[in-house]
Amino acid sequence: MAQLQVNIGNLQLQNPVMTASGTFGYGFEFADLVDLDRLGGIIVKGTTLNPREGNDYPRMAETAQGMLNCVGLQNKGVDYFCTYIYNAVKNLKTNVLVNVSGSSPEDYAECAARIAELDNIPGIELNISCPNVKDGGMSFGTSCTAAASVVKAVRQRYPKTLIVKLSPNVTDITEIARAVEAEGADSVSLINTLMGMSIDIERRCSRLSIGTGGLSGPCIKPVALRMVWQVAKAVKIPVIGLGGISNATDALEFLMAGATAIQIGTANFLDPAVTMKVIDGINTWLDAHGVKDIHDIIGTI
Amino acid sequence: MKHLKDLQVRAVELLRPGYAVLRLTDEEVFPEMQPGQFVEIRVDGSPETFLRRPISINFVDRDTNELWLLVHAVGKGTEILTKMRAGDKLNCLYPLGQGFSMPSEPNQRLLLIGGGVGTAPLLYFGKLLRDAGHEPVFLLGGKTEGDILQRELFEKYGRLCCTTEDGSLDTKGFVTNHSILEEDFHAIYTCGPKPMMKAVAAFAKKHKIYCEASLENMMACGLGVCLCCVEKTVQGNRCVCMEGPVFDVNDLDW
Repeated sequence: MAQLQVNIGNLQLQNPVMTASGTFGYGFEFADLVDLDRLGGIIVKGTTLNPREGNDYPRMAETAQGMLNCVGLQNKGVDYFCTYIYNAVKNLKTNVLVNVSGSSPEDYAECAARIAELDNIPGIELNISCPNVKDGGMSFGTSCTAAASVVKAVRQRYPKTLIVKLSPNVTDITEIARAVEAEGADSVSLINTLMGMSIDIERRCSRLSIGTGGLSGPCIKPVALRMVWQVAKAVKIPVIGLGGISNATDALEFLMAGATAIQIGTANFLDPAVTMKVIDGINTWLDAHGVKDIHDIIGTI
Repeated sequence: MKHLKDLQVRAVELLRPGYAVLRLTDEEVFPEMQPGQFVEIRVDGSPETFLRRPISINFVDRDTNELWLLVHAVGKGTEILTKMRAGDKLNCLYPLGQGFSMPSEPNQRLLLIGGGVGTAPLLYFGKLLRDAGHEPVFLLGGKTEGDILQRELFEKYGRLCCTTEDGSLDTKGFVTNHSILEEDFHAIYTCGPKPMMKAVAAFAKKHKIYCEASLENMMACGLGVCLCCVEKTVQGNRCVCMEGPVFDVNDLDW
Protein backbone atom coordinates (compact mmCIF):
# COMPACT_ATOMS: atom_id res chain seq x y z
CA MET A 1 0.00 0.00 0.00
CA ALA A 2 1.76 3.12 -1.23
CA GLN A 3 1.42 6.54 0.34
CA LEU A 4 -1.39 8.22 -1.62
CA GLN A 5 -1.95 11.41 0.31
CA VAL A 6 -1.51 14.69 -1.57
CA ASN A 7 -2.02 18.34 -0.64
CA ILE A 8 -3.80 21.06 -2.57
CA GLY A 9 -2.99 24.30 -0.78
CA ASN A 10 -3.94 23.66 2.85
CA LEU A 11 -6.20 20.85 1.83
CA GLN A 12 -5.16 17.27 2.56
CA LEU A 13 -6.55 14.62 0.24
CA GLN A 14 -6.29 10.99 1.38
CA ASN A 15 -5.74 10.08 -2.27
CA PRO A 16 -5.65 12.11 -5.50
CA VAL A 17 -9.04 10.96 -6.83
CA MET A 18 -11.80 13.56 -6.79
CA THR A 19 -15.12 13.79 -8.62
CA ALA A 20 -15.73 16.55 -11.15
CA SER A 21 -18.44 19.14 -10.69
CA GLY A 22 -21.75 18.39 -12.40
CA THR A 23 -21.06 14.68 -12.78
CA PHE A 24 -21.49 13.46 -9.21
CA GLY A 25 -24.31 15.61 -7.84
CA TYR A 26 -23.79 16.16 -4.12
CA GLY A 27 -22.32 12.70 -3.65
CA PHE A 28 -25.30 11.14 -1.89
CA GLU A 29 -26.84 10.18 -5.26
CA PHE A 30 -23.99 7.64 -5.51
CA ALA A 31 -24.06 6.48 -1.87
CA ASP A 32 -25.57 3.06 -2.75
CA LEU A 33 -22.80 2.41 -5.28
CA VAL A 34 -19.65 4.08 -3.92
CA ASP A 35 -18.00 4.37 -0.49
CA LEU A 36 -17.96 8.19 -0.52
CA ASP A 37 -15.60 8.33 2.46
CA ARG A 38 -12.85 6.74 0.36
CA LEU A 39 -12.76 9.58 -2.17
CA GLY A 40 -10.02 12.18 -2.15
CA GLY A 41 -12.72 14.80 -2.60
CA ILE A 42 -16.11 15.60 -4.05
CA ILE A 43 -16.67 18.79 -6.03
CA VAL A 44 -20.36 19.43 -5.97
CA LYS A 45 -22.53 20.86 -8.72
CA GLY A 46 -21.90 24.43 -9.94
CA THR A 47 -23.53 26.87 -7.55
CA THR A 48 -24.45 30.49 -8.20
CA LEU A 49 -25.56 33.36 -5.96
CA ASN A 50 -29.12 33.20 -7.32
CA PRO A 51 -31.06 30.15 -8.57
CA ARG A 52 -30.72 29.39 -12.28
CA GLU A 53 -33.06 27.36 -14.49
CA GLY A 54 -30.39 26.49 -17.04
CA ASN A 55 -30.99 26.07 -20.76
CA ASP A 56 -33.91 24.43 -22.54
CA TYR A 57 -34.03 20.73 -23.39
CA PRO A 58 -32.34 19.12 -25.35
CA ARG A 59 -29.16 19.64 -23.40
CA MET A 60 -27.18 16.56 -24.35
CA ALA A 61 -25.87 14.77 -27.42
CA GLU A 62 -23.86 11.58 -27.50
CA THR A 63 -20.68 11.72 -29.61
CA ALA A 64 -17.90 9.28 -30.50
CA GLN A 65 -16.33 8.41 -27.12
CA GLY A 66 -17.90 11.41 -25.49
CA MET A 67 -20.88 13.65 -25.00
CA LEU A 68 -21.89 17.26 -25.43
CA ASN A 69 -23.92 19.10 -22.82
CA CYS A 70 -25.40 22.56 -22.55
CA VAL A 71 -27.03 22.36 -19.13
CA GLY A 72 -26.21 26.00 -18.38
CA LEU A 73 -25.54 25.93 -14.63
CA GLN A 74 -29.00 24.88 -13.47
CA ASN A 75 -28.93 25.07 -9.67
CA LYS A 76 -31.05 26.24 -6.76
CA GLY A 77 -28.65 28.94 -5.61
CA VAL A 78 -26.13 29.21 -2.78
CA ASP A 79 -28.68 29.80 -0.02
CA TYR A 80 -30.46 26.56 -0.89
CA PHE A 81 -27.11 24.77 -0.74
CA CYS A 82 -26.28 26.27 2.67
CA THR A 83 -29.74 25.57 4.13
CA TYR A 84 -30.59 22.14 2.73
CA ILE A 85 -27.72 20.39 0.98
CA TYR A 86 -24.95 21.24 3.43
CA ASN A 87 -26.51 19.18 6.23
CA ALA A 88 -26.56 16.12 4.01
CA VAL A 89 -22.86 16.36 3.09
CA LYS A 90 -21.15 17.95 6.09
CA ASN A 91 -20.46 14.69 7.91
CA LEU A 92 -18.78 12.87 5.03
CA LYS A 93 -15.21 11.87 5.81
CA THR A 94 -14.02 13.21 2.47
CA ASN A 95 -13.41 16.80 1.36
CA VAL A 96 -16.56 18.35 -0.05
CA LEU A 97 -15.78 21.39 -2.19
CA VAL A 98 -18.29 23.64 -3.91
CA ASN A 99 -17.94 24.70 -7.53
CA VAL A 100 -18.84 28.40 -7.67
CA SER A 101 -19.97 30.31 -10.74
CA GLY A 102 -21.34 33.77 -11.40
CA SER A 103 -22.03 36.53 -13.88
CA SER A 104 -19.87 39.26 -12.28
CA PRO A 105 -16.83 39.33 -9.97
CA GLU A 106 -19.14 40.62 -7.21
CA ASP A 107 -21.50 37.63 -7.70
CA TYR A 108 -18.63 35.18 -7.46
CA ALA A 109 -17.26 36.88 -4.35
CA GLU A 110 -20.61 37.03 -2.56
CA CYS A 111 -21.35 33.38 -3.34
CA ALA A 112 -17.87 32.37 -2.12
CA ALA A 113 -18.25 34.44 1.06
CA ARG A 114 -21.46 32.61 1.97
CA ILE A 115 -19.79 29.23 1.45
CA ALA A 116 -16.80 30.37 3.53
CA GLU A 117 -19.14 30.39 6.55
CA LEU A 118 -19.74 26.64 6.27
CA ASP A 119 -17.24 24.93 8.61
CA ASN A 120 -17.05 21.63 6.78
CA ILE A 121 -16.52 23.00 3.28
CA PRO A 122 -12.72 23.43 3.19
CA GLY A 123 -12.48 24.90 -0.30
CA ILE A 124 -14.14 26.04 -3.49
CA GLU A 125 -13.50 25.58 -7.16
CA LEU A 126 -14.10 28.77 -9.09
CA ASN A 127 -15.73 28.02 -12.41
CA ILE A 128 -14.53 30.62 -14.93
CA SER A 129 -14.93 28.16 -17.77
CA CYS A 130 -18.58 27.18 -18.28
CA PRO A 131 -19.16 27.34 -22.06
CA ASN A 132 -22.96 27.19 -21.79
CA VAL A 133 -24.02 30.51 -20.28
CA LYS A 134 -24.29 33.88 -21.99
CA ASP A 135 -23.42 36.03 -19.00
CA GLY A 136 -20.15 35.32 -17.24
CA GLY A 137 -18.95 31.73 -17.15
CA MET A 138 -16.35 31.14 -19.81
CA SER A 139 -16.03 34.82 -20.70
CA PHE A 140 -14.09 35.24 -17.43
CA GLY A 141 -11.82 32.34 -18.27
CA THR A 142 -10.73 33.39 -21.73
CA SER A 143 -8.81 36.57 -20.94
CA CYS A 144 -6.07 37.07 -18.37
CA THR A 145 -7.52 40.39 -17.19
CA ALA A 146 -11.04 39.02 -16.65
CA ALA A 147 -9.77 35.85 -14.95
CA ALA A 148 -7.56 37.89 -12.66
CA SER A 149 -10.42 40.25 -11.76
CA VAL A 150 -12.65 37.39 -10.59
CA VAL A 151 -9.93 35.67 -8.60
CA LYS A 152 -8.92 38.97 -7.00
CA ALA A 153 -12.50 39.72 -5.93
CA VAL A 154 -13.01 36.23 -4.50
CA ARG A 155 -9.61 36.04 -2.81
CA GLN A 156 -10.46 39.15 -0.77
CA ARG A 157 -13.49 37.42 0.70
CA TYR A 158 -12.55 33.76 0.67
CA PRO A 159 -9.75 32.63 3.03
CA LYS A 160 -9.87 28.84 2.50
CA THR A 161 -8.52 26.73 -0.36
CA LEU A 162 -9.27 28.38 -3.69
CA ILE A 163 -9.06 26.29 -6.85
CA VAL A 164 -9.71 27.93 -10.23
CA LYS A 165 -11.13 25.77 -13.02
CA LEU A 166 -9.72 26.75 -16.39
CA SER A 167 -11.21 26.70 -19.86
CA PRO A 168 -9.43 24.89 -22.70
CA ASN A 169 -11.15 27.21 -25.20
CA VAL A 170 -8.21 29.63 -25.27
CA THR A 171 -5.09 30.21 -27.33
CA ASP A 172 -2.65 29.75 -24.45
CA ILE A 173 -3.96 28.18 -21.24
CA THR A 174 -0.67 28.76 -19.41
CA GLU A 175 -1.17 32.55 -19.55
CA ILE A 176 -4.53 32.26 -17.78
CA ALA A 177 -3.06 29.86 -15.23
CA ARG A 178 -0.27 32.31 -14.42
CA ALA A 179 -2.74 35.19 -14.17
CA VAL A 180 -4.89 33.42 -11.55
CA GLU A 181 -1.81 32.20 -9.68
CA ALA A 182 -0.63 35.81 -9.42
CA GLU A 183 -3.94 36.77 -7.79
CA GLY A 184 -3.57 34.17 -5.07
CA ALA A 185 -5.27 31.02 -6.36
CA ASP A 186 -4.11 27.96 -4.38
CA SER A 187 -4.54 25.61 -7.31
CA VAL A 188 -5.84 25.35 -10.86
CA SER A 189 -8.01 22.54 -12.21
CA LEU A 190 -8.20 21.80 -15.90
CA ILE A 191 -9.76 21.22 -18.30
CA ASN A 192 -13.42 22.18 -18.38
CA THR A 193 -15.31 21.03 -21.49
CA LEU A 194 -14.25 21.88 -25.04
CA MET A 195 -16.86 23.78 -27.00
CA GLY A 196 -18.41 21.61 -29.66
CA MET A 197 -21.46 20.93 -31.79
CA SER A 198 -23.55 18.11 -33.23
CA ILE A 199 -26.12 18.35 -36.03
CA ASP A 200 -29.10 16.12 -36.78
CA ILE A 201 -29.05 16.00 -40.59
CA GLU A 202 -32.62 14.65 -40.87
CA ARG A 203 -34.11 17.46 -38.82
CA ARG A 204 -31.45 19.86 -40.13
CA CYS A 205 -30.79 21.45 -36.77
CA SER A 206 -28.36 21.32 -33.88
CA ARG A 207 -28.92 18.54 -31.37
CA LEU A 208 -28.54 21.10 -28.57
CA SER A 209 -31.07 23.80 -27.68
CA ILE A 210 -28.51 26.61 -27.70
CA GLY A 211 -26.63 25.33 -30.74
CA THR A 212 -23.34 24.50 -29.03
CA GLY A 213 -22.26 22.61 -25.93
CA GLY A 214 -19.27 21.39 -23.94
CA LEU A 215 -17.56 18.19 -25.03
CA SER A 216 -16.41 15.72 -22.37
CA GLY A 217 -15.39 12.08 -22.15
CA PRO A 218 -12.43 10.00 -23.36
CA CYS A 219 -12.34 11.85 -26.71
CA ILE A 220 -10.92 14.97 -24.99
CA LYS A 221 -8.29 13.19 -22.91
CA PRO A 222 -5.23 13.79 -25.11
CA VAL A 223 -6.01 17.53 -25.26
CA ALA A 224 -6.54 17.70 -21.49
CA LEU A 225 -3.34 15.77 -20.81
CA ARG A 226 -1.29 18.10 -23.01
CA MET A 227 -2.71 21.18 -21.29
CA VAL A 228 -2.08 19.78 -17.81
CA TRP A 229 1.52 19.06 -18.81
CA GLN A 230 1.96 22.62 -20.12
CA VAL A 231 0.34 24.29 -17.12
CA ALA A 232 2.20 22.16 -14.57
CA LYS A 233 5.45 23.49 -16.03
CA ALA A 234 4.19 27.09 -16.05
CA VAL A 235 2.95 27.51 -12.47
CA LYS A 236 4.18 26.68 -8.96
CA ILE A 237 0.76 25.95 -7.44
CA PRO A 238 -0.61 22.39 -7.64
CA VAL A 239 -2.53 21.41 -10.76
CA ILE A 240 -5.64 19.22 -10.69
CA GLY A 241 -6.08 17.32 -13.95
CA LEU A 242 -9.35 16.28 -15.53
CA GLY A 243 -10.76 15.58 -18.96
CA GLY A 244 -11.79 12.10 -20.06
CA ILE A 245 -10.22 10.13 -17.21
CA SER A 246 -11.93 6.73 -17.17
CA ASN A 247 -9.53 4.35 -15.44
CA ALA A 248 -6.37 4.14 -13.34
CA THR A 249 -4.10 4.24 -16.40
CA ASP A 250 -5.61 7.56 -17.48
CA ALA A 251 -5.24 8.90 -13.93
CA LEU A 252 -1.58 7.85 -13.77
CA GLU A 253 -0.92 9.59 -17.10
CA PHE A 254 -2.24 12.85 -15.66
CA LEU A 255 -0.20 12.46 -12.48
CA MET A 256 2.97 11.85 -14.50
CA ALA A 257 2.12 14.89 -16.66
CA GLY A 258 2.20 17.01 -13.53
CA ALA A 259 -1.23 16.80 -11.88
CA THR A 260 -1.13 16.55 -8.09
CA ALA A 261 -4.72 15.29 -8.06
CA ILE A 262 -7.26 14.29 -10.69
CA GLN A 263 -11.00 14.50 -11.15
CA ILE A 264 -13.31 11.95 -12.70
CA GLY A 265 -16.30 13.34 -14.55
CA THR A 266 -18.21 11.83 -17.43
CA ALA A 267 -16.89 8.34 -16.61
CA ASN A 268 -19.20 8.38 -13.56
CA PHE A 269 -22.14 8.14 -15.99
CA LEU A 270 -20.78 5.02 -17.65
CA ASP A 271 -19.70 3.29 -14.46
CA PRO A 272 -20.99 4.93 -11.27
CA ALA A 273 -18.42 2.93 -9.26
CA VAL A 274 -15.44 3.95 -11.43
CA THR A 275 -13.86 6.15 -8.74
CA MET A 276 -13.29 3.18 -6.45
CA LYS A 277 -11.67 1.24 -9.31
CA VAL A 278 -9.35 4.16 -10.08
CA ILE A 279 -8.21 4.47 -6.45
CA ASP A 280 -7.56 0.72 -6.25
CA GLY A 281 -5.90 0.70 -9.66
CA ILE A 282 -3.48 3.51 -8.80
CA ASN A 283 -2.54 1.71 -5.62
CA THR A 284 -2.02 -1.60 -7.40
CA TRP A 285 0.17 0.00 -10.05
CA LEU A 286 2.33 1.83 -7.49
CA ASP A 287 2.81 -1.39 -5.51
CA ALA A 288 3.59 -3.41 -8.63
CA HIS A 289 6.26 -0.89 -9.61
CA GLY A 290 7.73 -0.54 -6.13
CA VAL A 291 6.71 3.11 -5.82
CA LYS A 292 6.27 3.91 -2.13
CA ASP A 293 4.95 7.45 -2.44
CA ILE A 294 2.68 8.86 -5.13
CA HIS A 295 4.79 12.04 -5.21
CA ASP A 296 7.53 9.98 -6.83
CA ILE A 297 5.52 9.83 -10.05
CA ILE A 298 3.89 13.27 -10.06
CA GLY A 299 5.32 15.55 -12.75
CA THR A 300 7.95 13.10 -13.87
CA ILE A 301 7.38 13.63 -17.60
CA MET B 1 -31.40 1.01 -2.94
CA LYS B 2 -29.74 1.15 -6.35
CA HIS B 3 -27.84 -1.85 -7.69
CA LEU B 4 -25.02 -2.04 -10.21
CA LYS B 5 -24.56 -5.60 -11.42
CA ASP B 6 -23.88 -7.87 -14.35
CA LEU B 7 -27.20 -9.58 -14.99
CA GLN B 8 -27.45 -12.71 -17.06
CA VAL B 9 -29.56 -12.90 -20.19
CA ARG B 10 -31.72 -16.01 -19.74
CA ALA B 11 -33.66 -15.64 -22.97
CA VAL B 12 -34.33 -13.20 -25.77
CA GLU B 13 -37.78 -13.28 -27.30
CA LEU B 14 -38.01 -11.56 -30.68
CA LEU B 15 -41.57 -10.20 -30.84
CA ARG B 16 -41.18 -8.88 -34.39
CA PRO B 17 -38.18 -7.52 -36.32
CA GLY B 18 -36.56 -4.81 -34.20
CA TYR B 19 -38.52 -5.59 -31.02
CA ALA B 20 -37.24 -8.00 -28.38
CA VAL B 21 -37.98 -8.89 -24.78
CA LEU B 22 -34.78 -9.54 -22.83
CA ARG B 23 -35.41 -11.84 -19.89
CA LEU B 24 -32.64 -11.16 -17.36
CA THR B 25 -31.88 -13.06 -14.22
CA ASP B 26 -29.48 -13.03 -11.28
CA GLU B 27 -28.31 -15.39 -8.52
CA GLU B 28 -29.82 -13.03 -5.98
CA VAL B 29 -33.53 -12.35 -5.72
CA PHE B 30 -34.35 -9.11 -7.53
CA PRO B 31 -35.07 -6.18 -5.21
CA GLU B 32 -38.45 -4.51 -5.05
CA MET B 33 -39.06 -2.55 -8.23
CA GLN B 34 -41.89 -0.13 -8.95
CA PRO B 35 -43.70 -0.29 -12.27
CA GLY B 36 -42.48 2.65 -14.35
CA GLN B 37 -38.96 2.50 -12.95
CA PHE B 38 -36.14 1.79 -15.41
CA VAL B 39 -32.73 0.17 -15.90
CA GLU B 40 -29.61 1.87 -17.31
CA ILE B 41 -27.75 -0.68 -19.43
CA ARG B 42 -24.16 -0.49 -20.54
CA VAL B 43 -23.85 -1.45 -24.19
CA ASP B 44 -20.53 -2.87 -25.27
CA GLY B 45 -19.39 -3.59 -28.79
CA SER B 46 -20.24 -0.34 -30.57
CA PRO B 47 -17.87 2.61 -30.88
CA GLU B 48 -20.90 4.80 -31.57
CA THR B 49 -22.55 3.88 -28.27
CA PHE B 50 -21.01 5.77 -25.40
CA LEU B 51 -23.68 6.26 -22.74
CA ARG B 52 -25.87 3.70 -21.00
CA ARG B 53 -29.31 3.07 -22.48
CA PRO B 54 -32.34 3.63 -20.24
CA ILE B 55 -34.95 0.88 -20.70
CA SER B 56 -38.18 0.69 -18.69
CA ILE B 57 -39.10 -2.39 -16.69
CA ASN B 58 -41.56 -4.45 -18.72
CA PHE B 59 -42.24 -7.15 -16.14
CA VAL B 60 -40.82 -8.74 -13.01
CA ASP B 61 -41.55 -12.44 -12.70
CA ARG B 62 -41.08 -13.33 -9.03
CA ASP B 63 -41.61 -17.06 -9.64
CA THR B 64 -38.68 -17.34 -12.03
CA ASN B 65 -36.69 -14.33 -10.69
CA GLU B 66 -36.73 -12.65 -14.10
CA LEU B 67 -36.58 -8.99 -15.02
CA TRP B 68 -38.03 -8.32 -18.47
CA LEU B 69 -37.00 -5.43 -20.68
CA LEU B 70 -38.80 -4.66 -23.93
CA VAL B 71 -36.32 -3.10 -26.32
CA HIS B 72 -37.10 -1.39 -29.63
CA ALA B 73 -34.06 -1.07 -31.90
CA VAL B 74 -34.09 2.65 -32.71
CA GLY B 75 -30.33 3.15 -32.87
CA LYS B 76 -27.03 1.29 -32.60
CA GLY B 77 -27.23 0.75 -28.83
CA THR B 78 -30.74 -0.65 -28.76
CA GLU B 79 -30.01 -2.67 -31.91
CA ILE B 80 -27.16 -4.43 -30.11
CA LEU B 81 -29.46 -5.09 -27.15
CA THR B 82 -32.10 -6.76 -29.32
CA LYS B 83 -29.39 -9.06 -30.69
CA MET B 84 -28.22 -10.33 -27.29
CA ARG B 85 -28.22 -14.08 -26.76
CA ALA B 86 -29.00 -16.36 -23.83
CA GLY B 87 -25.97 -16.58 -21.55
CA ASP B 88 -24.69 -13.07 -22.33
CA LYS B 89 -24.12 -10.66 -19.44
CA LEU B 90 -25.42 -7.09 -19.29
CA ASN B 91 -24.12 -4.51 -16.86
CA CYS B 92 -27.24 -2.93 -15.34
CA LEU B 93 -27.91 -0.04 -12.96
CA TYR B 94 -31.35 -0.46 -11.37
CA PRO B 95 -34.02 0.28 -10.31
CA LEU B 96 -34.01 3.98 -11.19
CA GLY B 97 -36.52 6.81 -10.98
CA GLN B 98 -39.99 7.18 -9.54
CA GLY B 99 -42.57 4.80 -10.96
CA PHE B 100 -46.36 4.91 -11.24
CA SER B 101 -48.16 5.39 -7.94
CA MET B 102 -50.52 2.68 -6.74
CA PRO B 103 -54.03 4.05 -5.98
CA SER B 104 -54.59 4.67 -2.29
CA GLU B 105 -58.31 3.74 -2.45
CA PRO B 106 -59.36 0.09 -3.03
CA ASN B 107 -61.29 -1.31 -6.01
CA GLN B 108 -60.40 1.39 -8.51
CA ARG B 109 -61.19 1.26 -12.21
CA LEU B 110 -58.07 2.45 -14.01
CA LEU B 111 -57.22 3.17 -17.63
CA LEU B 112 -53.66 2.44 -18.77
CA ILE B 113 -52.93 4.05 -22.15
CA GLY B 114 -49.81 3.09 -24.09
CA GLY B 115 -48.45 3.86 -27.53
CA GLY B 116 -45.74 1.98 -29.44
CA VAL B 117 -42.98 0.60 -27.22
CA GLY B 118 -44.38 2.85 -24.46
CA THR B 119 -46.75 0.02 -23.62
CA ALA B 120 -43.82 -1.79 -21.95
CA PRO B 121 -44.14 -0.57 -18.32
CA LEU B 122 -47.95 -0.89 -18.37
CA LEU B 123 -47.76 -4.70 -18.38
CA TYR B 124 -46.07 -4.94 -14.98
CA PHE B 125 -48.15 -2.06 -13.64
CA GLY B 126 -51.34 -3.81 -14.80
CA LYS B 127 -50.33 -7.02 -13.07
CA LEU B 128 -49.66 -5.26 -9.76
CA LEU B 129 -52.93 -3.33 -10.01
CA ARG B 130 -54.85 -6.56 -10.68
CA ASP B 131 -53.05 -8.30 -7.77
CA ALA B 132 -54.08 -5.40 -5.51
CA GLY B 133 -57.73 -5.86 -6.41
CA HIS B 134 -58.12 -3.01 -8.89
CA GLU B 135 -59.59 -3.22 -12.38
CA PRO B 136 -57.04 -2.15 -14.97
CA VAL B 137 -58.25 -1.55 -18.54
CA PHE B 138 -55.57 -1.32 -21.22
CA LEU B 139 -55.85 0.98 -24.22
CA LEU B 140 -52.91 0.42 -26.56
CA GLY B 141 -52.25 2.26 -29.81
CA GLY B 142 -50.02 1.68 -32.82
CA LYS B 143 -49.71 2.39 -36.52
CA THR B 144 -50.78 -1.13 -37.43
CA GLU B 145 -51.78 -4.41 -35.77
CA GLY B 146 -48.18 -5.65 -35.54
CA ASP B 147 -47.22 -2.62 -33.43
CA ILE B 148 -49.41 -3.73 -30.52
CA LEU B 149 -47.09 -6.06 -28.66
CA GLN B 150 -47.68 -8.64 -25.92
CA ARG B 151 -51.47 -8.60 -26.38
CA GLU B 152 -51.99 -12.05 -24.89
CA LEU B 153 -50.10 -11.00 -21.74
CA PHE B 154 -52.07 -7.79 -21.26
CA GLU B 155 -55.31 -9.80 -21.59
CA LYS B 156 -54.30 -11.85 -18.53
CA TYR B 157 -54.59 -8.80 -16.30
CA GLY B 158 -57.50 -6.80 -17.71
CA ARG B 159 -59.69 -5.85 -20.63
CA LEU B 160 -57.65 -4.88 -23.71
CA CYS B 161 -58.72 -2.18 -26.16
CA CYS B 162 -56.65 -1.14 -29.16
CA THR B 163 -56.45 1.56 -31.79
CA THR B 164 -54.50 1.35 -35.04
CA GLU B 165 -53.92 4.18 -37.47
CA ASP B 166 -54.69 1.91 -40.44
CA GLY B 167 -57.67 0.22 -38.80
CA SER B 168 -56.09 -3.26 -38.99
CA LEU B 169 -57.05 -3.95 -35.36
CA ASP B 170 -59.97 -2.70 -33.26
CA THR B 171 -60.74 1.05 -33.54
CA LYS B 172 -59.17 3.01 -36.41
CA GLY B 173 -57.32 6.17 -35.39
CA PHE B 174 -55.50 7.34 -32.27
CA VAL B 175 -56.01 6.24 -28.67
CA THR B 176 -58.10 9.35 -28.06
CA ASN B 177 -60.60 8.12 -30.69
CA HIS B 178 -61.51 4.96 -28.74
CA SER B 179 -65.00 4.70 -27.24
CA ILE B 180 -63.61 3.30 -23.96
CA LEU B 181 -62.82 6.89 -23.04
CA GLU B 182 -66.55 7.50 -22.64
CA GLU B 183 -66.59 5.15 -19.65
CA ASP B 184 -65.78 6.21 -16.09
CA PHE B 185 -62.29 5.75 -14.64
CA HIS B 186 -60.76 6.80 -11.34
CA ALA B 187 -57.38 7.52 -12.90
CA ILE B 188 -55.44 7.33 -16.15
CA TYR B 189 -51.80 6.31 -16.57
CA THR B 190 -49.98 6.79 -19.84
CA CYS B 191 -46.67 6.06 -21.53
CA GLY B 192 -45.76 6.54 -25.16
CA PRO B 193 -44.95 9.24 -27.71
CA LYS B 194 -45.17 12.73 -26.24
CA PRO B 195 -47.94 13.99 -28.59
CA MET B 196 -50.08 11.02 -27.52
CA MET B 197 -49.39 11.61 -23.82
CA LYS B 198 -50.17 15.31 -24.20
CA ALA B 199 -53.51 14.44 -25.84
CA VAL B 200 -54.27 11.97 -23.04
CA ALA B 201 -53.28 14.55 -20.40
CA ALA B 202 -55.54 17.14 -22.01
CA PHE B 203 -58.43 14.65 -21.99
CA ALA B 204 -57.82 13.81 -18.31
CA LYS B 205 -57.60 17.46 -17.31
CA LYS B 206 -60.81 18.28 -19.19
CA HIS B 207 -62.68 15.49 -17.41
CA LYS B 208 -60.93 16.13 -14.07
CA ILE B 209 -59.44 12.64 -13.91
CA TYR B 210 -56.15 12.09 -12.06
CA CYS B 211 -53.45 11.27 -14.64
CA GLU B 212 -49.80 10.22 -14.57
CA ALA B 213 -47.47 10.17 -17.59
CA SER B 214 -44.11 8.44 -18.00
CA LEU B 215 -41.59 10.49 -20.00
CA GLU B 216 -38.60 9.26 -21.96
CA ASN B 217 -36.35 12.31 -22.38
CA MET B 218 -32.77 11.63 -23.49
CA MET B 219 -30.61 10.84 -20.50
CA ALA B 220 -26.96 10.49 -19.60
CA CYS B 221 -26.47 9.59 -15.93
CA GLY B 222 -29.84 8.19 -14.83
CA LEU B 223 -29.08 9.35 -11.28
CA GLY B 224 -30.18 12.99 -11.29
CA VAL B 225 -26.71 14.50 -11.41
CA CYS B 226 -26.02 15.59 -15.01
CA LEU B 227 -29.32 17.49 -15.38
CA CYS B 228 -29.52 16.68 -19.10
CA CYS B 229 -32.97 15.02 -19.22
CA VAL B 230 -35.00 17.87 -17.75
CA GLU B 231 -38.68 18.54 -18.44
CA LYS B 232 -40.35 21.88 -17.75
CA THR B 233 -42.69 21.62 -14.79
CA VAL B 234 -44.68 24.08 -12.73
CA GLN B 235 -41.69 24.09 -10.35
CA GLY B 236 -39.13 24.70 -13.10
CA ASN B 237 -36.85 22.21 -14.84
CA ARG B 238 -36.87 18.80 -13.20
CA CYS B 239 -34.88 15.65 -13.95
CA VAL B 240 -36.92 12.97 -15.68
CA CYS B 241 -34.46 10.29 -14.55
CA MET B 242 -34.70 10.94 -10.83
CA GLU B 243 -37.86 12.95 -10.15
CA GLY B 244 -39.66 11.09 -12.95
CA PRO B 245 -39.92 9.36 -15.31
CA VAL B 246 -43.52 9.29 -14.03
CA PHE B 247 -45.12 12.67 -13.30
CA ASP B 248 -48.58 13.83 -12.29
CA VAL B 249 -49.58 15.63 -15.50
CA ASN B 250 -50.76 18.62 -13.44
CA ASP B 251 -47.12 19.16 -12.43
CA LEU B 252 -45.97 19.32 -16.06
CA ASP B 253 -45.82 22.52 -18.05
CA TRP B 254 -47.86 21.00 -20.90
